[in-house]
Amino acid sequence: MTRIHNAFDGKKAFIGFITAGDPNLDKTEEFVLQMEKAGAGLVELGIPFSDPIAEGPVIQEANIRALKAGCTTDKLFDMVARLRQKTQIPLVFLAYLNTLFKYGYEKFCSKCEEVGIDGVIIPDMPYEEKGELADIAAAHNVDIISLIAPTSENRIQMIAKEATGFIYVVSSMGVTGVRSEITTDVGKIVGLIKDVTDTPTAVGFGINTAEQVHKYSSIADGAIVGSAIVKIVEKYGEEAGSHIYDYVHEMVEGLAD
Amino acid sequence: MDVNIETSRMLNYDTTYKQNNKKWRKAMSQKGRYGIHGGQYIPETLMNEIKKLEDAYEFYKKDEEFNQELNTLLKEYAGRPSLLYYAEKMTRDLGGAKIYFKREDLNHTGSHKINNVLGQALLAKKMGKTRIIAETGAGQHGVATATAAALLGLECEIYMGKEDTIRQALNVYRMELLGAKVHPVESGTMTLKDAVNECMREWTSRVDDTLYVLGSVMGPHPFPMIVRDFQSVISREARAQILEKEGKLPDVVMACVGGGSNAMGMFYEFIKDEDVKLIGCEAAGLGVDTDRTAATMATGTEGVFHGMKSYFCQDEYGQIAPVYSISAGLDYPGVGPEHAYLKDIGRAQYVPVTDEEAVQAFEYIAREEGIIAAIESSHAVAHVMKLAPTMRKDQIIICCLSGRGDKDVAAIARYRGVDLHD
Repeated sequence: MTRIHNAFDGKKAFIGFITAGDPNLDKTEEFVLQMEKAGAGLVELGIPFSDPIAEGPVIQEANIRALKAGCTTDKLFDMVARLRQKTQIPLVFLAYLNTLFKYGYEKFCSKCEEVGIDGVIIPDMPYEEKGELADIAAAHNVDIISLIAPTSENRIQMIAKEATGFIYVVSSMGVTGVRSEITTDVGKIVGLIKDVTDTPTAVGFGINTAEQVHKYSSIADGAIVGSAIVKIVEKYGEEAGSHIYDYVHEMVEGLAD
Repeated sequence: MDVNIETSRMLNYDTTYKQNNKKWRKAMSQKGRYGIHGGQYIPETLMNEIKKLEDAYEFYKKDEEFNQELNTLLKEYAGRPSLLYYAEKMTRDLGGAKIYFKREDLNHTGSHKINNVLGQALLAKKMGKTRIIAETGAGQHGVATATAAALLGLECEIYMGKEDTIRQALNVYRMELLGAKVHPVESGTMTLKDAVNECMREWTSRVDDTLYVLGSVMGPHPFPMIVRDFQSVISREARAQILEKEGKLPDVVMACVGGGSNAMGMFYEFIKDEDVKLIGCEAAGLGVDTDRTAATMATGTEGVFHGMKSYFCQDEYGQIAPVYSISAGLDYPGVGPEHAYLKDIGRAQYVPVTDEEAVQAFEYIAREEGIIAAIESSHAVAHVMKLAPTMRKDQIIICCLSGRGDKDVAAIARYRGVDLHD
């Protein structure tokens, strides 16, 4: 059983996202451990990119801060290697495809395997383009996490059938960011997914309250919170650790049984 | 003038053209790919929409009524065909090859951008969309999009880097006059690349009633194909016009390249004429050996960005580089995938042209021919000035004047240290 499977094994998962290297990589290491202590089942680490087209303003700013602070893919791998000495929490990267492409798919995936990254979410690599990476990632036991969107419709089951790790169900149109209301019929999407696969589902985009966490972890197998946590980092910087703990703890309390 | 003239001279060229056509069609027709370049590297949220666009385009490009409507707009509204102008004075002065300019600057709205925009806006309308959005660099694509929106009764929002709204303030007001809403983009380098980012983000949040009218031969498939097809009217006309005027094909065809839409339009029908040399002129800014450059072909490496695999200016970790050029329209860190492919196979050549060379060309063509050309187009003119004297007098260059330069006059004055407000 992989670490990602463990996160969903008989329980609902709270998934926390932070942009790696914001405000610096030492702090990223600390924030991941705080999230784990607070009960997060899985952590997503965003690899900072100059032009994150799927992100709203909050995470865009975090990317800029992380790049200014000198975060690079190599330094991030080194940090994860250190972090893996301290925790077995499942870790996935959120990265734009150019980051992997430029590093080299083979080198990137073998590095992931070596340091203990369990999967990678690539917002600009749809189903049709995953062929160039899928086999390489599989050979290194790195799950490519598929995204399914409110507009996926006829594509939902095609994507779900080949999904590995978990499925990221995008709750809303647009980019990442806190939303007061989510209008998509997430239940229907999750239902269609469950018809064709046992791969667990987690809902993200716009979630920021314990009530939302409860609602979506009832429908799916997990809930993902990103921008709300990144906002805490933006506000408290190096002092964000305890605030992240408090916030994630509150969200985890919201998880459905 | 009818551009489909049949002359006996043309027929000779058409035989080889047709033989080559098959070969080139095969090389360039793998779905959305140009060699290793191209593809559809976009968020899942957009995938169904982009497939709808592809289906709609494949349907309407063969639809007689659509083509008739588009041709009428191009002829009656945009002023096509554009002139193929023999620059006699410049030819004499440079003392080499005969120089012709394809006058896209004379189109309505002042650039080649209208060719593509009329096509895409009409397509949007046929698809039942009520709103179009677009990025713009220099403002020419934004102005053209706002114009088409006004004409066809579509809502229009334009995304423009804040830096560019300052460099091209006149065009911002022009778009507003045409009824468009202009959003200054304050993220990243606040230029064209960031305007594209923001436009993609906006499209992701609202696809139902909205079409993203991409302005260049870039982005995810089918955009590079759609924009190239709509722009290929440039070379379709130019090829027929030069055969009529000179009875032979040109030796060199030239255009400036940012994303590459006017160049792709200018090259396309000549690709199969393998003896015609194709040259793209990209913006070197302060020089390709400095970090203040936008010369993607000279300094870029293979990458995946803005929905496509192509060449990009980027660092070793794939962070997209902040590029620079005096020309807001060429100030882009990537290049269309079909250009990347033409470079790979050696069919086209790409040369860097610096700010200074472009400004000198801007001034030269104004003095010599009485044409104020866009600073973008002036990059190609600069290379004409270098190349023509090295060629024989019986040889021919066609250079695309992609736009007019009224919008650039203030910036050129600033560059030369002239204060227009004194």
